[in-house]
Amino acid sequence: MKVPISWLEEYVPVTVPLADLAHRLTMAGTEVESIENTASFDGVIVGYAVEVGPHPDADRLRLVQVDTGDETLEVVCGAPNVATGQKIAFAPIGTVLTDPHNGEERKLKRSKIRGVTSNGMVCSELELGMSDQHEGILVLPEDAPIGTPLNDYLGETVFDLELTPNRPDCLAVVGVAREVAALTGETAIPPSLDYPEDGPDIVSLAKVEIEDPDLCRRYTATLIQGLKIGPSPDWLVDRLRAIGERPINNVVDVTNYVMFEMGQPLHSFDFDELSEGRVVVRRARPGETLLTLDGETRELTPDHLVIADAGKPIGLGGIIGGTESGITEGTTSVLLEAANFDGSNNRRSASSFGIRTEATLRFEKGLRPELAEYGVRRATKLILELAGGTVASGMIDEWPDRGGAVQPVDLPVKAIERLLGVSYESEVVISTFERLGMKVASNHGKYTVTPPYWRPDLLIPEDLIEELARIIGYEMIPTMGITGSVPAWEPNPERDLREQIKDILSSFGMQETISYSLTTPEAEARARPPEHGLEPLRVMNPLSAEQATLRTTLRHSILSVLGGNARTWRGPLRMFESGRVYLDRGEGVGLPNELEKFVGVVAGPRSDLDWMSGEPESSDFYDGKGIVESLLAEFGVVASFVPVEETTFEPGRCAQIVIPSAGRAVIGVLGEVASDILSAFDIEVSPVAMFELDVEAISKLPELQSLGQQDYTPFGRFPDSSRDLALLIDDSVPAADVLALAERNRLVVNATVFDVYQGDAIPSGKKSLAVRVVYQAADRTLTADELIKAENSILRALEHNFGAELRTQ
Amino acid sequence: MAESVNNSNGEGSDPMPNDRLAAARDAALAALSAAEAADDLQEWRNQYIGRSGEVTLLLRSVGSLPAEQRAGFGQAANRLKNELEAAFDQREAEIKADSGPIGAIDVSLPGRKPAQGRLHPITQTIREITAAFGAMGFQTFEGPEVELETYNFDAMNIPADHPAREMFDTFWLDRVDDEGNNSILLRTHTSPMQARIMESHEPPIRVVVPGRCYRYEATDASHEWHFNQVEVMAVDEGITFADLKGTLYEFARRVFGPERKVRFRCDFFPFVEPGVDMGVDCFNCDGDPACRICRGSGWLEILGAGMVHPEVLRRAGYDPERYTGFAAGMGVERVAMLKHGIDDIRHFYANDMRFLSQF
Repeated sequence: MKVPISWLEEYVPVTVPLADLAHRLTMAGTEVESIENTASFDGVIVGYAVEVGPHPDADRLRLVQVDTGDETLEVVCGAPNVATGQKIAFAPIGTVLTDPHNGEERKLKRSKIRGVTSNGMVCSELELGMSDQHEGILVLPEDAPIGTPLNDYLGETVFDLELTPNRPDCLAVVGVAREVAALTGETAIPPSLDYPEDGPDIVSLAKVEIEDPDLCRRYTATLIQGLKIGPSPDWLVDRLRAIGERPINNVVDVTNYVMFEMGQPLHSFDFDELSEGRVVVRRARPGETLLTLDGETRELTPDHLVIADAGKPIGLGGIIGGTESGITEGTTSVLLEAANFDGSNNRRSASSFGIRTEATLRFEKGLRPELAEYGVRRATKLILELAGGTVASGMIDEWPDRGGAVQPVDLPVKAIERLLGVSYESEVVISTFERLGMKVASNHGKYTVTPPYWRPDLLIPEDLIEELARIIGYEMIPTMGITGSVPAWEPNPERDLREQIKDILSSFGMQETISYSLTTPEAEARARPPEHGLEPLRVMNPLSAEQATLRTTLRHSILSVLGGNARTWRGPLRMFESGRVYLDRGEGVGLPNELEKFVGVVAGPRSDLDWMSGEPESSDFYDGKGIVESLLAEFGVVASFVPVEETTFEPGRCAQIVIPSAGRAVIGVLGEVASDILSAFDIEVSPVAMFELDVEAISKLPELQSLGQQDYTPFGRFPDSSRDLALLIDDSVPAADVLALAERNRLVVNATVFDVYQGDAIPSGKKSLAVRVVYQAADRTLTADELIKAENSILRALEHNFGAELRTQ
Repeated sequence: MAESVNNSNGEGSDPMPNDRLAAARDAALAALSAAEAADDLQEWRNQYIGRSGEVTLLLRSVGSLPAEQRAGFGQAANRLKNELEAAFDQREAEIKADSGPIGAIDVSLPGRKPAQGRLHPITQTIREITAAFGAMGFQTFEGPEVELETYNFDAMNIPADHPAREMFDTFWLDRVDDEGNNSILLRTHTSPMQARIMESHEPPIRVVVPGRCYRYEATDASHEWHFNQVEVMAVDEGITFADLKGTLYEFARRVFGPERKVRFRCDFFPFVEPGVDMGVDCFNCDGDPACRICRGSGWLEILGAGMVHPEVLRRAGYDPERYTGFAAGMGVERVAMLKHGIDDIRHFYANDMRFLSQF
């Protein structure tokens, strides 16, 4: 809502500096988003032509002595109309002007014109960008104050207000004036509504019927006959332009002006086009159409409210008029409408036609029916003044149900302190409410407050308390530390676990990413996740086709992120996302399952390039696996990785993450992404290890139930010994099985593979495993004999179970 | 020392192997005292106590001895090996002590860095916000992103057809709930959790609720259809507007710095009354009208807040005559953008490492 200050000042004196006023309005809830000036003549000032004389060397040029308020400067001027004693627009040296011919900005320089130095420029309207008038200079009124910036003199300061939906009253300059008055202690005076009613009784000429009072609570109308359509006067044109409206003609401009002034939308009909002089406010009948003022033919349904004459629709109530009944140059009789239409219906209808008007903006906020009468009288008065004619006496006022008047609100005195934490003297409370136009009675520990009709938002005691607080100023309310009892702590282990996992993964060098949760089934399918057999949840009004369904997997999300970064990021590509998947429980059974998942990828070089190791090796499956193992180790969980085939992953390079301690619960999957999927995501790096983890499944593992209170296990006090084994074994035997068998020996505390070799000297179908076995006993230092015995026993078991043999060099 | 080698055997032991140990000992100690440099030491170690050093081989030969000699010999050999290792350490220390500084290195060469990942700036910001409130006794809760229309709107005092619904452009799902009349949507704010928490908890309540929200609106440098909010609510007997101011002021100091000024101005949200907008003074400028962060206003809007509307309390089953409360909600992206000087909200979900790795 734009409010020119001069317009505001018609109803309330502005007694504080504008910046201060803007601040007070903003603090009290009506935010002044910006303070604008309609003019853009920066640097140009009002000058006075003290004397105009001939140029010694040029007949067509004059020398003008310009008084700038500070000094008198000599200026060369070519305009024929410059004369002594004029107030003129003067651009001093250094002013930046826009060249009217090419639009370029240039700085005015001191220059010699035919031998005489010109110390500035006397401007034409063209040079000021006001119009294409370049015949002569702009001559200002005689009372223009010398030295004043032209912006201040010609321009208009406009507050651009950002309004909240509860304050339709401030969608009117008069309403803003009331707010200003309440904030500055001034009194707002609304505009005059009086005019002579010299014509015949309106009832004898026009008739209004409301058939659907649910959609139109009140309909007021006046009739002006014998008027003359013409252009609006400058003041009205200027005001409309200042708020960004386009002037049309005097009658239409007045209806527009009064809407911004009073907040009441109006419409003017050419009365002579109304069949039988009748107006019927009703729902449209099936099949009716209307050619509206914007040239569109509108198909109407009974959901639409129309203004009809005796036979047919002539306008869409509160939205747009019909062409036939519109005001033309030849119109001489105008029926002026100010009605109260139902806001919801108005908004729905307007949006069904794709129209969004200033009228709908006001109706939808629930205007009070009282306003209609003031609006129609104000517009009638202005039309009479600007277009002449005679006003029929009286006013049509159909108001079938006068119920729903503004109700008084009881505000207990104690409620104020209870809500604000501070109490106020009753004089302060009462005078504050009265400044806002409320009627206040105080008795028996309560205030009975009747809000004015223009404040339909004040319905409950809390509304009144807000009024009190905002007018006194929120800054005046004390600032206290919250006291009282602190609620009992409620653990949320799954969330804590999720956050802990994020910390651990990032400490392993993984970057957290966050992707959109809306996607498409096609995008998900590119990562070929396992079938879940559920329909995705679909958004009915997606912003784009790429954001149509809620994701059921995170795999495509992280692969997309990887694809983008693989082209630009030179270091290790390690990233993870923690987020929800949304799984439908079926139609009609409420909200979907929102499950917390983790997905991670590891690709690219294993480390940054460094001077010790040269070009780093590429990461692979085992980098991903190491991250998963170490992550689980943080929680004391040991997983077993069981080969599985999953469509996302390369055959033979995928494992389920199984937890033996939890009844072989599956908590996720890990693998190398299939190469055709990498291509589908435009991922130019390979291999890509990816893992997916289920937070809920991890949170249920037995090891996590005692997190933070894990039992301490004593460590061996006697020295351990390690011995290495070089084994030749079938390629198909998993290394984990070899280690598990070794660790089954009661003297073995740990067995680790430190080399895997295939190739020269190794028969095909076999591999060489180098295993370091650590032996330790709790109660003694093991002797060499014991070590050898244990080792032999392990070797026998390996041979028996896997056909392993000790490699001889 | 030699004594221990000779006399530690059990009865009936063959002296021959122990002689070999004594000879090895003498030779090794003599060679060790002759070693002058690190290279010599290494060589010595290989010759005597390395993998195939003399003493090591002697130890290994234990298996070829008659059974009754094995234990005694093995122990003696082990003792010798330990003795030689100790002597080695001592000689190594002597050589080191004699050799002076070990020489300069290029300390400007980069160190061996441990792998380093980072949390997404949104995660970091949510943690900062929840920690600030956590210090004041507010517990973190989370809730569903797919929400019922009643919770998202009606429970928040935004009935159907209320113009305030226009403040929340909504993504609707093609689903209805079990009654068949309650539409399902993507929550437009975290506020529905106010109702959910009140329904499932007795007062006092002090909660902070982070989470993803969605709005049907075009994306530009300052708007995203997908964003995060943090909801804050305290409900109890005797909670006042003054408490709201104190709590939010403390939050602002913790998250934006102790020297920040804070302002509270009137604003409107359907689920609070009175309504509040809290701003902090711009930390980028001193009232520069061209400041790109505050656009010259000098203030940055951080959050919307207010006293919980009595209708919201009543709908959640709380008696508004008995309980009062305050609530606040803020956009996480906005807080992160202000804190880090990020000029475009779209960076957050583009997931470019060149952006993410900076936080």
